[in-house]
Amino acid sequence: MIRIENLVKTFGTKRAVDGVSFTVERGEVVGFLGPNGSGKSTTMRMITGFYPPTSGSVTVGGHDVAESPLDAKRLIGYLPESAAAYPEMTVESFLTFAAAMRGLKGEAQKKAIARVVERCFLSSVRRQSIDTLSKGYKHRTCLAQALIHDPEVLVLDEPTDGLDPNQKHEVRNLIRELGRSKAVIFSTHILEEVDAACTRAIIIDRGRIVAQGTPAELRAMSATAGAVTLEAQGATAEKLSALGRVESLDGVFRIYPRDASQAAVLAAAIIELVSREGWKVRGMFSERGELDEVFRRITLPDTVKQ
Amino acid sequence: MNALWIIAKRELAGYFNSPVAYVFLVIFLLVAGFLTFTAGAFFERGEAGLGAFFGWHPWLYLVLVPAVGMRLWSEERRAGTIELLLTLPVTTWQAILGKFLASWLFLALALALTFPVVLTVNVLGEPDNGAIVAGYVGSLFLAGAYLALTCMTSALTRNQVVAFILAVVLCLFLILAGFNPVTDLLVRWASPAVVDTVAAFSVVTHFDGFQKGVLDTRDLLFFVSVIGFALFATGVIIRSHRAG
Ligand SMILES: Nc1ncnc2c1ncn2[C@@H]1O[C@H](COP(=O)(O)OP(=O)(O)OP(=O)(O)O)[C@@H](O)[C@H]1O
Ligand SMILES: [Mg+2]
Repeated sequence: MIRIENLVKTFGTKRAVDGVSFTVERGEVVGFLGPNGSGKSTTMRMITGFYPPTSGSVTVGGHDVAESPLDAKRLIGYLPESAAAYPEMTVESFLTFAAAMRGLKGEAQKKAIARVVERCFLSSVRRQSIDTLSKGYKHRTCLAQALIHDPEVLVLDEPTDGLDPNQKHEVRNLIRELGRSKAVIFSTHILEEVDAACTRAIIIDRGRIVAQGTPAELRAMSATAGAVTLEAQGATAEKLSALGRVESLDGVFRIYPRDASQAAVLAAAIIELVSREGWKVRGMFSERGELDEVFRRITLPDTVKQ
Repeated sequence: MNALWIIAKRELAGYFNSPVAYVFLVIFLLVAGFLTFTAGAFFERGEAGLGAFFGWHPWLYLVLVPAVGMRLWSEERRAGTIELLLTLPVTTWQAILGKFLASWLFLALALALTFPVVLTVNVLGEPDNGAIVAGYVGSLFLAGAYLALTCMTSALTRNQVVAFILAVVLCLFLILAGFNPVTDLLVRWASPAVVDTVAAFSVVTHFDGFQKGVLDTRDLLFFVSVIGFALFATGVIIRSHRAG
Protein backbone atom coordinates (compact mmCIF):
# COMPACT_ATOMS: atom_id res chain seq x y z
CA MET A 1 0.00 0.00 0.00
CA ILE A 2 2.86 2.37 0.82
CA ARG A 3 5.83 2.24 -1.52
CA ILE A 4 8.77 4.54 -0.96
CA GLU A 5 11.67 4.68 -3.35
CA ASN A 6 14.94 6.45 -2.76
CA LEU A 7 13.35 9.18 -0.78
CA VAL A 8 15.55 12.18 -0.05
CA LYS A 9 14.74 15.38 1.82
CA THR A 10 17.25 18.12 2.36
CA PHE A 11 16.87 21.20 4.52
CA GLY A 12 19.55 23.62 3.39
CA THR A 13 22.67 21.49 3.35
CA LYS A 14 21.31 18.97 5.83
CA ARG A 15 20.06 15.66 4.45
CA ALA A 16 17.27 14.84 6.89
CA VAL A 17 16.21 11.79 4.87
CA ASP A 18 18.88 10.26 2.72
CA GLY A 19 17.78 7.60 0.26
CA VAL A 20 15.14 5.66 2.12
CA SER A 21 13.23 2.86 0.36
CA PHE A 22 10.68 0.48 1.83
CA THR A 23 7.17 -0.83 1.38
CA VAL A 24 4.31 -1.44 3.77
CA GLU A 25 1.66 -3.90 2.64
CA ARG A 26 -1.87 -4.41 3.83
CA GLY A 27 -1.88 -6.54 6.95
CA GLU A 28 1.45 -5.20 8.14
CA VAL A 29 2.24 -3.03 11.13
CA VAL A 30 5.63 -1.48 10.64
CA GLY A 31 7.39 0.14 13.58
CA PHE A 32 9.59 3.04 12.61
CA LEU A 33 12.46 3.50 15.03
CA GLY A 34 15.43 5.80 15.22
CA PRO A 35 17.13 8.32 17.47
CA ASN A 36 15.88 11.90 17.76
CA GLY A 37 16.40 13.80 14.54
CA SER A 38 16.97 10.68 12.46
CA GLY A 39 14.27 11.60 9.95
CA LYS A 40 11.22 9.62 11.05
CA SER A 41 8.80 12.52 11.12
CA THR A 42 10.24 13.96 7.92
CA THR A 43 9.69 10.63 6.14
CA MET A 44 6.12 10.45 7.42
CA ARG A 45 5.44 14.00 6.31
CA MET A 46 6.53 13.04 2.82
CA ILE A 47 4.28 9.97 2.85
CA THR A 48 1.30 12.12 3.78
CA GLY A 49 2.15 14.79 1.24
CA PHE A 50 2.93 17.55 3.72
CA TYR A 51 6.56 17.88 2.63
CA PRO A 52 7.37 17.46 -1.05
CA PRO A 53 10.40 15.15 -1.35
CA THR A 54 13.65 16.63 -2.65
CA SER A 55 13.94 13.50 -4.77
CA GLY A 56 12.53 10.00 -4.84
CA SER A 57 8.92 8.95 -4.89
CA VAL A 58 6.09 7.91 -2.60
CA THR A 59 3.07 5.97 -3.81
CA VAL A 60 0.12 5.20 -1.60
CA GLY A 61 -2.40 2.64 -2.83
CA GLY A 62 -0.98 3.03 -6.33
CA HIS A 63 -1.31 6.84 -6.35
CA ASP A 64 1.84 8.90 -6.61
CA VAL A 65 1.68 11.40 -3.76
CA ALA A 66 3.36 14.10 -5.86
CA GLU A 67 1.17 13.61 -8.93
CA SER A 68 -2.25 12.79 -7.53
CA PRO A 69 -2.03 13.99 -3.94
CA LEU A 70 -5.78 14.06 -3.33
CA ASP A 71 -6.29 10.40 -4.27
CA ALA A 72 -3.38 9.41 -2.05
CA LYS A 73 -4.49 11.60 0.87
CA ARG A 74 -7.99 10.15 0.78
CA LEU A 75 -6.55 6.72 1.63
CA ILE A 76 -4.42 7.95 4.51
CA GLY A 77 -5.22 8.60 8.14
CA TYR A 78 -2.45 10.69 9.70
CA LEU A 79 -1.57 11.48 13.26
CA PRO A 80 1.10 14.22 13.15
CA GLU A 81 3.82 14.31 15.77
CA SER A 82 2.40 17.52 17.25
CA ALA A 83 -1.06 15.89 17.48
CA ALA A 84 -2.37 19.38 16.85
CA ALA A 85 -6.08 20.09 16.81
CA TYR A 86 -7.95 23.38 16.57
CA PRO A 87 -7.91 24.58 20.18
CA GLU A 88 -11.10 26.64 20.06
CA MET A 89 -13.22 23.74 18.81
CA THR A 90 -14.90 21.10 20.92
CA VAL A 91 -13.92 17.47 20.43
CA GLU A 92 -17.24 16.83 18.76
CA SER A 93 -17.10 19.76 16.34
CA PHE A 94 -13.49 18.96 15.49
CA LEU A 95 -14.38 15.38 14.63
CA THR A 96 -17.39 16.60 12.65
CA PHE A 97 -15.07 18.86 10.68
CA ALA A 98 -12.64 16.00 10.03
CA ALA A 99 -15.49 13.72 8.97
CA ALA A 100 -16.94 16.34 6.62
CA MET A 101 -13.53 16.90 5.07
CA ARG A 102 -13.41 13.16 4.43
CA GLY A 103 -16.72 13.36 2.61
CA LEU A 104 -18.80 11.77 5.36
CA LYS A 105 -22.32 13.16 5.68
CA GLY A 106 -25.48 12.62 7.68
CA GLU A 107 -25.92 9.20 9.20
CA ALA A 108 -22.52 7.91 8.04
CA GLN A 109 -20.87 10.91 9.69
CA LYS A 110 -22.68 10.32 12.99
CA LYS A 111 -21.71 6.67 12.97
CA ALA A 112 -18.08 7.43 12.18
CA ILE A 113 -17.86 9.93 15.02
CA ALA A 114 -19.52 7.54 17.47
CA ARG A 115 -17.09 4.80 16.43
CA VAL A 116 -13.90 6.82 16.94
CA VAL A 117 -15.18 8.41 20.15
CA GLU A 118 -15.64 4.94 21.53
CA ARG A 119 -12.37 3.59 20.18
CA CYS A 120 -10.31 6.48 21.49
CA PHE A 121 -12.21 6.70 24.78
CA LEU A 122 -13.38 10.27 24.27
CA SER A 123 -17.01 10.03 25.36
CA SER A 124 -16.37 11.87 28.63
CA VAL A 125 -14.92 14.92 26.84
CA ARG A 126 -17.10 15.05 23.72
CA ARG A 127 -18.38 18.54 24.38
CA GLN A 128 -15.24 19.92 25.96
CA SER A 129 -13.19 22.48 24.09
CA ILE A 130 -9.87 21.09 22.92
CA ASP A 131 -7.66 23.71 24.57
CA THR A 132 -8.94 22.61 27.98
CA LEU A 133 -8.11 18.94 27.42
CA SER A 134 -5.15 17.24 29.07
CA LYS A 135 -2.26 16.29 26.82
CA GLY A 136 -3.26 12.64 26.57
CA TYR A 137 -6.85 13.49 25.63
CA LYS A 138 -5.64 15.97 23.02
CA HIS A 139 -3.49 13.25 21.58
CA ARG A 140 -6.42 10.83 21.48
CA THR A 141 -8.62 13.44 19.82
CA CYS A 142 -6.10 13.81 17.04
CA LEU A 143 -5.81 10.03 16.78
CA ALA A 144 -9.60 9.82 16.49
CA GLN A 145 -9.42 12.27 13.61
CA ALA A 146 -6.96 9.97 11.83
CA LEU A 147 -9.33 7.01 12.14
CA ILE A 148 -12.55 8.79 11.27
CA HIS A 149 -12.80 7.61 7.67
CA ASP A 150 -11.62 4.09 8.44
CA PRO A 151 -8.57 4.63 6.20
CA GLU A 152 -6.71 1.85 4.45
CA VAL A 153 -3.35 3.37 5.31
CA LEU A 154 -2.41 4.71 8.72
CA VAL A 155 0.59 6.89 9.36
CA LEU A 156 0.98 7.51 13.07
CA ASP A 157 3.82 9.65 14.39
CA GLU A 158 4.44 8.61 17.98
CA PRO A 159 0.87 7.50 18.67
CA THR A 160 1.50 6.56 22.30
CA ASP A 161 3.41 9.72 23.21
CA GLY A 162 1.98 11.34 26.32
CA LEU A 163 -0.48 8.56 27.09
CA ASP A 164 -0.79 6.86 30.47
CA PRO A 165 0.21 3.17 30.72
CA ASN A 166 -3.38 1.96 30.34
CA GLN A 167 -3.95 4.08 27.27
CA LYS A 168 -0.60 3.06 25.80
CA HIS A 169 -1.75 -0.52 26.15
CA GLU A 170 -5.12 0.25 24.53
CA VAL A 171 -3.55 2.11 21.64
CA ARG A 172 -1.07 -0.71 20.99
CA ASN A 173 -3.94 -3.18 20.89
CA LEU A 174 -5.82 -0.85 18.59
CA ILE A 175 -2.85 -0.58 16.25
CA ARG A 176 -2.39 -4.34 16.17
CA GLU A 177 -6.05 -4.86 15.46
CA LEU A 178 -6.13 -2.22 12.71
CA GLY A 179 -3.03 -3.79 11.22
CA ARG A 180 -4.93 -6.95 10.31
CA SER A 181 -6.81 -5.20 7.54
CA LYS A 182 -4.76 -2.07 6.87
CA ALA A 183 -1.24 -0.92 6.17
CA VAL A 184 0.09 0.76 9.30
CA ILE A 185 3.35 2.56 9.92
CA PHE A 186 4.02 4.16 13.27
CA SER A 187 7.06 5.72 14.85
CA THR A 188 8.01 5.21 18.45
CA HIS A 189 10.82 5.50 20.96
CA ILE A 190 9.39 2.72 23.12
CA LEU A 191 11.05 -0.50 22.06
CA GLU A 192 8.54 -2.75 23.82
CA GLU A 193 5.99 -1.49 21.34
CA VAL A 194 7.87 -3.26 18.61
CA ASP A 195 7.14 -6.56 20.33
CA ALA A 196 3.67 -5.52 21.34
CA ALA A 197 2.35 -4.33 18.00
CA CYS A 198 4.68 -4.71 15.02
CA THR A 199 5.01 -7.34 12.38
CA ARG A 200 8.18 -5.63 11.21
CA ALA A 201 10.44 -2.82 12.33
CA ILE A 202 12.64 -0.40 10.45
CA ILE A 203 15.43 1.42 12.22
CA ILE A 204 16.77 4.60 10.67
CA ASP A 205 19.69 6.72 11.68
CA ARG A 206 20.77 10.03 10.17
CA GLY A 207 18.29 9.60 7.36
CA ARG A 208 19.30 6.08 6.33
CA ILE A 209 17.82 2.69 7.08
CA VAL A 210 20.32 0.83 9.25
CA ALA A 211 18.33 -2.29 10.05
CA GLN A 212 14.97 -3.86 9.38
CA GLY A 213 13.23 -7.13 10.04
CA THR A 214 10.72 -8.86 12.28
CA PRO A 215 11.11 -8.18 16.00
CA ALA A 216 12.68 -11.64 16.40
CA GLU A 217 15.17 -11.04 13.60
CA LEU A 218 16.23 -7.73 15.09
CA ARG A 219 16.61 -9.22 18.51
CA ALA A 220 18.78 -11.97 17.08
CA MET A 221 21.26 -9.25 16.10
CA SER A 222 21.88 -8.63 19.77
CA ALA A 223 25.21 -9.77 21.19
CA THR A 224 23.46 -11.68 23.94
CA ALA A 225 20.99 -13.43 21.63
CA GLY A 226 21.18 -17.21 22.03
CA ALA A 227 23.40 -17.05 25.10
CA VAL A 228 22.44 -19.25 28.02
CA THR A 229 22.50 -18.06 31.60
CA LEU A 230 23.08 -20.71 34.21
CA GLU A 231 23.08 -20.62 37.97
CA ALA A 232 24.17 -23.93 39.44
CA GLN A 233 25.94 -25.17 42.53
CA GLY A 234 29.30 -26.67 41.74
CA ALA A 235 29.55 -25.28 38.25
CA THR A 236 32.90 -23.89 37.12
CA ALA A 237 33.76 -21.58 34.29
CA GLU A 238 36.57 -23.89 33.34
CA LYS A 239 34.30 -26.81 32.54
CA LEU A 240 31.70 -24.65 30.80
CA SER A 241 34.24 -22.97 28.57
CA ALA A 242 34.44 -26.16 26.53
CA LEU A 243 31.00 -25.21 25.14
CA GLY A 244 31.62 -21.56 24.39
CA ARG A 245 32.85 -18.26 25.73
CA VAL A 246 31.88 -17.90 29.38
CA GLU A 247 31.27 -14.84 31.55
CA SER A 248 30.77 -15.36 35.22
CA LEU A 249 29.54 -13.15 38.03
CA ASP A 250 28.74 -14.27 41.60
CA GLY A 251 28.25 -17.89 40.61
CA VAL A 252 26.03 -17.01 37.66
CA PHE A 253 27.45 -18.01 34.30
CA ARG A 254 26.56 -16.80 30.85
CA ILE A 255 27.66 -19.03 28.00
CA TYR A 256 27.76 -17.54 24.51
CA PRO A 257 27.42 -19.83 21.49
CA ARG A 258 30.37 -19.86 19.08
CA ASP A 259 28.15 -19.45 16.04
CA ALA A 260 24.53 -19.56 14.93
CA SER A 261 24.48 -23.31 14.28
CA GLN A 262 25.71 -24.02 17.76
CA ALA A 263 23.14 -21.66 19.31
CA ALA A 264 20.34 -24.15 18.66
CA VAL A 265 22.03 -26.97 20.53
CA LEU A 266 23.79 -24.96 23.23
CA ALA A 267 21.09 -25.42 25.86
CA ALA A 268 20.95 -29.17 25.30
CA ALA A 269 24.72 -29.42 25.58
CA ILE A 270 24.68 -27.52 28.86
CA ILE A 271 21.95 -29.73 30.32
CA GLU A 272 23.98 -32.78 29.41
CA LEU A 273 27.08 -31.32 31.03
CA VAL A 274 25.12 -30.40 34.16
CA SER A 275 23.74 -33.89 34.61
CA ARG A 276 27.10 -35.52 33.90
CA GLU A 277 28.82 -33.36 36.51
CA GLY A 278 25.96 -33.62 38.96
CA TRP A 279 25.62 -29.82 39.48
CA LYS A 280 22.58 -28.58 41.32
CA VAL A 281 20.77 -26.18 38.99
CA ARG A 282 19.05 -23.20 40.58
CA GLY A 283 18.11 -21.47 37.36
CA MET A 284 18.76 -21.60 33.67
CA PHE A 285 17.38 -19.68 30.72
CA SER A 286 18.39 -18.69 27.23
CA GLU A 287 18.55 -15.05 26.21
CA ARG A 288 16.31 -13.78 23.41
CA GLY A 289 18.46 -10.72 22.91
CA GLU A 290 17.65 -7.18 23.84
CA LEU A 291 16.16 -4.77 21.32
CA ASP A 292 17.53 -1.74 23.07
CA GLU A 293 20.99 -3.23 22.95
CA VAL A 294 20.61 -3.72 19.19
CA PHE A 295 19.24 -0.20 18.84
CA ARG A 296 22.12 1.30 20.77
CA ARG A 297 24.72 -0.61 18.84
CA ILE A 298 23.49 0.26 15.34
CA THR A 299 22.54 3.88 15.89
CA LEU A 300 25.01 6.48 17.02
CA PRO A 301 23.94 8.39 20.08
CA ASP A 302 23.14 12.08 19.61
CA THR A 303 26.16 13.11 21.64
CA VAL A 304 28.53 11.46 19.18
CA LYS A 305 26.84 13.02 16.18
CA GLN A 306 27.35 16.58 17.30
CA MET B 1 -20.13 19.76 0.23
CA ASN B 2 -16.94 21.00 -1.30
CA ALA B 3 -13.84 20.99 0.91
CA LEU B 4 -13.44 24.72 0.34
CA TRP B 5 -16.81 25.45 1.94
CA ILE B 6 -16.20 23.09 4.84
CA ILE B 7 -12.99 24.96 5.59
CA ALA B 8 -14.76 28.32 5.22
CA LYS B 9 -17.55 27.18 7.51
CA ARG B 10 -15.14 26.03 10.18
CA GLU B 11 -13.22 29.28 9.99
CA LEU B 12 -16.34 31.40 10.16
CA ALA B 13 -17.68 29.41 13.11
CA GLY B 14 -14.29 30.03 14.73
CA TYR B 15 -14.93 33.78 14.65
CA PHE B 16 -18.25 33.47 16.40
CA ASN B 17 -17.04 30.94 18.96
CA SER B 18 -14.83 33.58 20.51
CA PRO B 19 -15.99 36.88 21.98
CA VAL B 20 -13.44 38.62 19.75
CA ALA B 21 -15.89 38.57 16.82
CA TYR B 22 -18.59 40.39 18.73
CA VAL B 23 -16.13 42.87 20.13
CA PHE B 24 -14.89 43.46 16.62
CA LEU B 25 -18.39 44.02 15.22
CA VAL B 26 -19.20 46.52 17.96
CA ILE B 27 -15.94 48.40 17.51
CA PHE B 28 -16.38 48.43 13.75
CA LEU B 29 -19.88 49.89 13.99
CA LEU B 30 -18.91 52.41 16.66
CA VAL B 31 -15.87 53.66 14.78
CA ALA B 32 -17.72 53.72 11.46
CA GLY B 33 -20.48 55.71 13.14
CA PHE B 34 -18.10 58.08 14.84
CA LEU B 35 -16.10 58.78 11.69
CA THR B 36 -19.25 59.32 9.66
CA PHE B 37 -21.30 61.46 11.97
CA THR B 38 -18.66 63.34 13.88
CA ALA B 39 -15.41 63.47 11.95
CA GLY B 40 -17.18 63.22 8.59
CA ALA B 41 -19.63 65.98 9.49
CA PHE B 42 -22.44 63.90 8.03
CA PHE B 43 -25.29 66.20 9.07
CA GLU B 44 -23.44 69.47 8.50
CA ARG B 45 -22.73 68.49 4.91
CA GLY B 46 -26.38 68.71 4.13
CA GLU B 47 -26.06 66.29 1.24
CA ALA B 48 -28.16 63.19 0.78
CA GLY B 49 -25.33 60.74 0.13
CA LEU B 50 -22.87 58.51 1.91
CA GLY B 51 -19.65 60.30 0.95
CA ALA B 52 -18.93 60.98 4.59
CA PHE B 53 -19.44 57.29 5.33
CA PHE B 54 -17.46 55.63 2.53
CA GLY B 55 -14.70 58.25 2.50
CA TRP B 56 -13.39 56.90 5.77
CA HIS B 57 -13.37 53.24 4.78
CA PRO B 58 -9.77 53.02 3.52
CA TRP B 59 -8.65 54.29 6.93
CA LEU B 60 -11.19 52.36 8.93
CA TYR B 61 -10.18 49.08 7.32
CA LEU B 62 -6.51 49.84 7.76
CA VAL B 63 -6.58 48.54 11.31
CA LEU B 64 -9.73 46.46 11.40
CA VAL B 65 -9.13 44.19 8.40
CA PRO B 66 -5.61 43.13 9.44
CA ALA B 67 -7.08 42.43 12.89
CA VAL B 68 -9.61 40.06 11.33
CA GLY B 69 -7.16 38.30 9.02
CA MET B 70 -3.94 38.16 11.01
CA ARG B 71 -4.63 34.76 12.53
CA LEU B 72 -5.61 33.00 9.31
CA TRP B 73 -2.29 31.28 8.63
CA SER B 74 0.00 32.39 11.43
CA GLU B 75 -2.17 30.70 14.04
CA GLU B 76 -2.41 27.60 11.87
CA ARG B 77 1.38 27.45 11.75
CA ARG B 78 1.89 28.28 15.40
CA ALA B 79 -0.52 25.60 16.59
CA GLY B 80 0.79 23.08 14.05
CA THR B 81 -2.71 22.46 12.68
CA ILE B 82 -1.46 23.42 9.22
CA GLU B 83 0.03 19.93 9.01
CA LEU B 84 -3.35 18.44 9.75
CA LEU B 85 -5.21 20.74 7.36
CA LEU B 86 -2.90 20.23 4.41
CA THR B 87 -2.74 16.46 4.77
CA LEU B 88 -6.53 16.26 4.51
CA PRO B 89 -7.73 15.70 0.95
CA VAL B 90 -7.67 19.38 -0.07
CA THR B 91 -5.44 21.39 -2.33
CA THR B 92 -3.50 24.32 -0.92
CA TRP B 93 -5.65 26.63 -3.07
CA GLN B 94 -8.89 25.31 -1.65
CA ALA B 95 -7.55 25.90 1.85
CA ILE B 96 -6.35 29.42 1.02
CA LEU B 97 -9.60 30.40 -0.70
CA GLY B 98 -11.75 28.79 1.96
CA LYS B 99 -10.07 30.73 4.73
CA PHE B 100 -10.08 33.95 2.76
CA LEU B 101 -13.77 33.67 1.92
CA ALA B 102 -14.67 33.00 5.54
CA SER B 103 -12.99 36.20 6.69
CA TRP B 104 -14.39 38.13 3.77
CA LEU B 105 -17.89 36.97 4.63
CA PHE B 106 -17.29 38.09 8.18
CA LEU B 107 -16.25 41.54 6.96
CA ALA B 108 -19.27 41.59 4.64
CA LEU B 109 -21.45 40.94 7.66
CA ALA B 110 -19.84 43.84 9.52
CA LEU B 111 -20.44 46.05 6.51
CA ALA B 112 -24.03 44.88 6.17
CA LEU B 113 -24.67 45.86 9.78
CA THR B 114 -24.08 49.49 8.82
CA PHE B 115 -27.50 49.51 7.08
CA PRO B 116 -28.95 52.03 9.57
CA VAL B 117 -26.78 54.65 7.85
CA VAL B 118 -28.58 53.91 4.59
CA LEU B 119 -31.93 54.11 6.32
CA THR B 120 -30.95 57.43 7.87
CA VAL B 121 -30.08 59.12 4.59
CA ASN B 122 -33.25 57.76 3.02
CA VAL B 123 -35.34 59.22 5.82
CA LEU B 124 -33.53 62.57 5.71
CA GLY B 125 -33.52 63.05 1.99
CA GLU B 126 -33.59 61.43 -1.39
CA PRO B 127 -30.14 59.95 -1.95
CA ASP B 128 -28.92 58.23 -5.10
CA ASN B 129 -29.38 54.65 -3.90
CA GLY B 130 -27.53 53.35 -6.95
CA ALA B 131 -24.45 55.24 -5.83
CA ILE B 132 -24.87 53.81 -2.36
CA VAL B 133 -24.93 50.26 -3.75
CA ALA B 134 -21.82 51.04 -5.80
CA GLY B 135 -20.19 52.39 -2.65
CA TYR B 136 -20.96 49.19 -0.77
CA VAL B 137 -19.60 47.03 -3.59
CA GLY B 138 -16.42 49.12 -3.69
CA SER B 139 -16.08 48.97 0.07
CA LEU B 140 -16.42 45.19 0.04
CA PHE B 141 -13.70 44.88 -2.58
CA LEU B 142 -11.51 47.30 -0.69
CA ALA B 143 -11.86 45.13 2.40
CA GLY B 144 -11.13 42.07 0.24
CA ALA B 145 -7.90 43.59 -1.06
CA TYR B 146 -6.70 44.44 2.46
CA LEU B 147 -7.73 41.00 3.63
CA ALA B 148 -5.83 39.19 0.87
CA LEU B 149 -2.71 41.16 1.77
CA THR B 150 -3.24 40.20 5.41
CA CYS B 151 -3.55 36.55 4.36
CA MET B 152 -0.18 36.90 2.70
CA THR B 153 1.55 38.48 5.71
CA SER B 154 -0.01 35.96 8.06
CA ALA B 155 1.48 33.15 5.98
CA LEU B 156 4.88 34.74 6.46
CA THR B 157 5.07 34.41 10.22
CA ARG B 158 3.87 32.36 13.17
CA ASN B 159 3.35 35.55 15.11
CA GLN B 160 -0.05 37.20 14.69
CA VAL B 161 1.20 40.58 15.87
CA VAL B 162 3.96 40.62 13.28
CA ALA B 163 1.43 39.61 10.63
CA PHE B 164 -0.82 42.45 11.74
CA ILE B 165 1.91 45.09 11.60
CA LEU B 166 3.16 43.94 8.20
CA ALA B 167 -0.37 44.04 6.85
CA VAL B 168 -1.00 47.56 8.19
CA VAL B 169 2.22 48.77 6.60
CA LEU B 170 1.32 47.25 3.22
CA CYS B 171 -2.22 48.61 3.30
CA LEU B 172 -0.98 52.00 4.40
CA PHE B 173 1.27 52.06 1.37
CA LEU B 174 -1.72 51.31 -0.84
CA ILE B 175 -3.56 54.25 0.67
CA LEU B 176 -0.72 56.73 0.67
CA ALA B 177 0.26 56.09 -2.94
CA GLY B 178 -2.85 57.94 -4.01
CA PHE B 179 -3.56 60.08 -0.97
CA ASN B 180 -3.70 63.72 -2.04
CA PRO B 181 -1.27 65.19 0.52
CA VAL B 182 1.26 62.55 -0.54
CA THR B 183 0.78 62.93 -4.28
CA ASP B 184 1.08 66.69 -3.88
CA LEU B 185 4.44 66.13 -2.21
CA LEU B 186 5.58 63.69 -4.85
CA VAL B 187 4.82 66.07 -7.69
CA ARG B 188 7.63 68.33 -6.47
CA TRP B 189 10.29 65.70 -7.21
CA ALA B 190 8.87 63.37 -9.79
CA SER B 191 7.28 63.83 -13.18
CA PRO B 192 3.48 63.70 -13.26
CA ALA B 193 3.69 60.42 -15.18
CA VAL B 194 5.55 58.79 -12.29
CA VAL B 195 3.12 60.21 -9.76
CA ASP B 196 0.20 58.89 -11.77
CA THR B 197 1.79 55.46 -11.97
CA VAL B 198 2.31 55.38 -8.22
CA ALA B 199 -1.23 56.63 -7.69
CA ALA B 200 -2.52 53.88 -9.95
CA PHE B 201 -1.49 51.43 -7.24
CA SER B 202 -3.55 53.19 -4.65
CA VAL B 203 -6.80 51.87 -3.32
CA VAL B 204 -7.94 55.44 -2.78
CA THR B 205 -7.76 56.26 -6.48
CA HIS B 206 -9.75 53.16 -7.36
CA PHE B 207 -12.20 53.45 -4.51
CA ASP B 208 -13.09 57.03 -5.49
CA GLY B 209 -15.09 55.97 -8.51
CA PHE B 210 -17.26 53.57 -6.49
CA GLN B 211 -18.05 56.32 -3.99
CA LYS B 212 -19.26 58.54 -6.78
CA GLY B 213 -21.51 55.74 -7.95
CA VAL B 214 -19.42 54.79 -10.96
CA LEU B 215 -18.84 51.06 -11.37
CA ASP B 216 -15.76 51.09 -13.57
CA THR B 217 -14.50 47.64 -14.61
CA ARG B 218 -10.92 48.92 -14.41
CA ASP B 219 -11.39 49.76 -10.74
CA LEU B 220 -13.00 46.40 -10.13
CA LEU B 221 -10.18 44.74 -12.01
CA PHE B 222 -7.66 46.53 -9.82
CA PHE B 223 -9.13 45.12 -6.62
CA VAL B 224 -9.57 41.67 -8.10
CA SER B 225 -5.95 41.63 -9.22
CA VAL B 226 -4.69 42.75 -5.82
CA ILE B 227 -6.73 39.92 -4.25
CA GLY B 228 -5.54 37.43 -6.86
CA PHE B 229 -1.91 38.43 -6.55
CA ALA B 230 -1.89 38.39 -2.74
CA LEU B 231 -3.60 35.00 -2.54
CA PHE B 232 -1.23 33.59 -5.13
CA ALA B 233 1.71 34.90 -3.09
CA THR B 234 0.15 33.27 -0.02
CA GLY B 235 0.23 29.94 -1.84
CA VAL B 236 3.85 30.41 -2.85
CA ILE B 237 4.82 31.26 0.73
CA ILE B 238 3.00 28.27 2.19
CA ARG B 239 4.63 25.95 -0.31
CA SER B 240 8.05 27.38 0.33
CA HIS B 241 7.80 26.62 4.05
CA ARG B 242 7.31 22.98 3.23
CA ALA B 243 9.90 22.73 0.49
CA GLY B 244 12.78 23.13 2.97
N1 LIG C 1 11.20 22.26 8.53
C1 LIG C 1 12.48 21.94 8.79
N2 LIG C 1 13.47 22.81 8.54
C2 LIG C 1 14.75 22.50 8.79
N3 LIG C 1 15.16 21.33 9.30
C3 LIG C 1 14.23 20.40 9.58
C4 LIG C 1 12.84 20.66 9.34
N4 LIG C 1 12.15 19.56 9.71
C5 LIG C 1 13.05 18.67 10.16
N5 LIG C 1 14.32 19.16 10.09
C6 LIG C 1 15.56 18.46 10.48
O1 LIG C 1 15.54 17.18 9.91
C7 LIG C 1 16.08 16.22 10.81
C8 LIG C 1 15.10 15.09 10.99
O2 LIG C 1 14.01 15.55 11.76
P1 LIG C 1 12.77 14.65 12.11
O3 LIG C 1 11.76 15.53 12.76
O4 LIG C 1 12.35 13.90 10.91
O5 LIG C 1 13.39 13.65 13.18
P2 LIG C 1 12.66 12.50 13.99
O6 LIG C 1 13.31 11.22 13.61
O7 LIG C 1 11.20 12.56 13.83
O8 LIG C 1 13.08 12.87 15.47
P3 LIG C 1 12.26 12.73 16.84
O9 LIG C 1 12.52 11.35 17.32
O10 LIG C 1 12.91 13.73 17.72
O11 LIG C 1 10.84 13.02 16.56
C9 LIG C 1 16.40 16.98 12.08
O12 LIG C 1 17.78 17.24 12.10
C10 LIG C 1 15.63 18.25 11.96
O13 LIG C 1 16.30 19.30 12.60
MG1 LIG D 1 9.65 12.91 15.01
